[in-house]
Amino acid sequence: MSIEIKTNSVEPIRHTYGHIARRFGDKPATRYQEASYDIEAKTNFHYRPQWDSEHTLNDPTRTAIRMEDWYAVTDPRQFYYGAYVGNRAKMQEAAETSFGFCEKRNLLTRLPQETQKQLLRLLVPLRHVELGANMNNSKIAGDATATTVSQMHIYTGMDRLGIGQYLSRIALMIDGSTGAGLDESKGYWMDDELWQPMRKLVEDSLVIDDWFELTLVQNILMDGLMYPLVYDKIDTWFESQGAEDVSMLTEFMRDWYKESLRWTNAMLKVVAGESDDNRELLQKWIDHWEPQAYNALKPLAQASAGIDALDEARAELATRLKKCGLQSQGVSA
Amino acid sequence: MAVKNKKLNLKDKYQYLTRDMSWEPTYQKKEDIYPDERFEGIKITDWSQWEDPFRLTMDAYWKYQAEKEKKLYAIFDAFAQNNGHQNISDARYVNALKLFLSGVSPLEHAAYQGYAKVGRQFSGAGARVACQMQAIDELRHSQTQQHAMSHYNKHFNGLHDAAHMHDRVWFLSVPKSFFDDARSAGPFEFLTAISFSFEYVLTNLLFVPFMSGAAYNGDMATVTFGFSAQSDEARHMTLGLEVIKFILEQHEDNVPIVQQWIDKWFWRGFRLLSLVGMMMDYMLPNKVMSWAEAWEVYYEQNGGALFKDLERYGIRPPKYQDIANDAKNHVSHQAWATFYQYGHATNFHTWMPEKEELDWLSEKYPDTFDKYYRPRFEHWAKEHAEGRRFYNNTLPQLCQVCQIPTIFTEKDDPSMLSHRQIEHEGERYHFCSDGCCDIFKNEPEKYVQAWLPVHQIYQGNCEGGDVETVVSKYYHINIGEDNFDYVGSPDQKRWLAIKGKSSEEKTESAKQDAA
Amino acid sequence: MSQLVFIAFQDNDNARYLAEAIMEDNPEAELQHQPAMIRIQAEKRLVINRETMEEKLGRDWDVQEMLIDVISIGGNVDEDDDHFILQWN
Repeated sequence: MSIEIKTNSVEPIRHTYGHIARRFGDKPATRYQEASYDIEAKTNFHYRPQWDSEHTLNDPTRTAIRMEDWYAVTDPRQFYYGAYVGNRAKMQEAAETSFGFCEKRNLLTRLPQETQKQLLRLLVPLRHVELGANMNNSKIAGDATATTVSQMHIYTGMDRLGIGQYLSRIALMIDGSTGAGLDESKGYWMDDELWQPMRKLVEDSLVIDDWFELTLVQNILMDGLMYPLVYDKIDTWFESQGAEDVSMLTEFMRDWYKESLRWTNAMLKVVAGESDDNRELLQKWIDHWEPQAYNALKPLAQASAGIDALDEARAELATRLKKCGLQSQGVSA
Repeated sequence: MAVKNKKLNLKDKYQYLTRDMSWEPTYQKKEDIYPDERFEGIKITDWSQWEDPFRLTMDAYWKYQAEKEKKLYAIFDAFAQNNGHQNISDARYVNALKLFLSGVSPLEHAAYQGYAKVGRQFSGAGARVACQMQAIDELRHSQTQQHAMSHYNKHFNGLHDAAHMHDRVWFLSVPKSFFDDARSAGPFEFLTAISFSFEYVLTNLLFVPFMSGAAYNGDMATVTFGFSAQSDEARHMTLGLEVIKFILEQHEDNVPIVQQWIDKWFWRGFRLLSLVGMMMDYMLPNKVMSWAEAWEVYYEQNGGALFKDLERYGIRPPKYQDIANDAKNHVSHQAWATFYQYGHATNFHTWMPEKEELDWLSEKYPDTFDKYYRPRFEHWAKEHAEGRRFYNNTLPQLCQVCQIPTIFTEKDDPSMLSHRQIEHEGERYHFCSDGCCDIFKNEPEKYVQAWLPVHQIYQGNCEGGDVETVVSKYYHINIGEDNFDYVGSPDQKRWLAIKGKSSEEKTESAKQDAA
Repeated sequence: MSQLVFIAFQDNDNARYLAEAIMEDNPEAELQHQPAMIRIQAEKRLVINRETMEEKLGRDWDVQEMLIDVISIGGNVDEDDDHFILQWN
């Protein structure tokens, strides 16, 4: 009898939290599930926000997109905080090795002046685009409901800050850590005609109010054209200019973008698949913003890898969107 | 382009790697990009004066945080695999975790959302980045707490639906409304409320005694997540102090606004912490220090040094600080007495302290415990032993601001309940104190909106009019499992089984103690 | 009135080196052992020097490494490559 009591006392009385069991049944849950589902406040908010009295806190109507359940949008990578930082720590270790290697062997300072200038003019100003992306994703994390959705955006927001810092370090490596390269590069961002359409687009994105429209514009349309263009096509072009070593310093961005496609594609698929209304709204936003993103990148493409390269990126994006029943102006291959 | 030859120092380099990525917009108006920066009346003349509270680039952040997480999860795994819950001092201890998971962990999530929001609202990029880093840290805390408690949830009751309860249960509207209040305010008030008043001035009172308490009671999982989370807290505290100094230095007109916020948030934080006081004095089987001692070290001593430092800006210590200091000898007892009476409507168990515990309280509270509280507690213990466990079946009057039942007493007369009321636009509102009443008077349009659990029950918004239906159906508190006295609870029975005792023996000895 | 600054660490192996370095550089400071933590307080000012830590550890040490073990602080923070200083003005 006493043996039986002992055994019973070790047996669990339940296998997971009630809110997790209601979704997945009472069985041992993953860390991702326990960290991500239904831990956010849903109802009975006490006060209307002074900065937006039209809505409550955690109000799902802060976007015009409608979901029966926002937790239907999940992260295929299953990133909760611990998994996220663990993954990024590995990526940064590899990046650190590359930066150390380049620095030690003076791989950038050995480049011709003209090539250095091209890096400062054509690559490094993207740090400002990254800061815009950082701000936009922080806004989305603050406005979105459902932790499965919002956490992907705060991770992305911090990633974008990190990427901006890696780009800045390329200039610091060129200028010998004086900041002169960064000042020069910022001058291009502010005044060089090549960057003005892009800077305008980023500033325009900073006043988008609807957070889902914003994630579409930032994380799918802008990035969907910019990342393949810059870190794939222009990377190859830099190689042709004798600056193949720079590729080591942008490896983080290539790996990062490839990974980010997993969650952005999954999110778009679920949201577009929810209803015709959602799909129509997404289509309207795409029609409005995709050509602007394309045009904003045109001068950069013309000054480097060429318009064909940008068109290829545009076709890739069109193919992605098509899988979700959405169209863009790219000619998919 | 300026010609530069000098290598950047750490501070300048960090600025290049953060705020220098920002720029003065020309295609959109600054007010449109940062529309929320002005309405509170705070004047910022020069964001470049912002001192970064810490200089952590993302690569270093990922590296250090991953290291912390690796250690933490190794311990969680070991704890679960070895059934670490069997090594705690006593199962009564777990009730502190139930209060924590339903009362505090949801606040971590709310903090994450709040900091993500302000991490976009400021036009100063240095401040934004610091806030974003805190946002992701707070998300970390909310998630590691779910993971740390996951194993306890498998072996004890009351931990099974924390976020659901946080949105509904009567006493959980105390922490919920606190954070809703901060999040619904503007960005500068949010930082004054959470970064400064809560994180810098009061958070030590929550985490340090709580974690030491966990250590004293054999709870390895909680000690580990607590201390690991606290290592982020050092950064958050630095942000809190920097924010206040920055706002005060920017413009003299900011001083009275900030002073009023400090008064408000000190008082709200102090009220919120009554729950922690009760946890420390009553819910830890092995005691670390009394609530009064913790208050002396972490508020009177540390807070005193802080406010002395802020004098030069024209800031004085919070209004009603004297009342709070005096109340350190009362609040934990008053709170526990209330929860004991309403133990049928809580997700944790309550009980009367055993004799040695009463003696400890008498020793720690020589001026108040024997005089005002011990006789009542001994009476309740006796009633219980004779089969009449006392439960209060009326619904309490809640304070319109802090939402705690009006259970606290007057500073000069501990036998007199403190109660204030005012009329506003034809309605009567009730308060526990001048502190809460002042907060209402400064922003009545905000506090009339409060979702008061008792009113909501009366208005039929909680799936039923009787307490039992509300508790079981609306709150998801499992009657007979999560609630009522610890003595005789399923938790107690399982614990005694773990320890190889039968519940009859234990109940017998409890009866003898009481008699 | 006295104005104390303080720092608290998790009681682990790293913290022992930190505590030793701090006590060497701040002889007036008071060290308290509490459950699972070490707390050090001092009147007005407390400094952690990178150089002292490197001597104790016999390796390079980045001031930011201490973030892993700190639990709490009180005082204004002044941090650079070589020091971490807590002080009241």
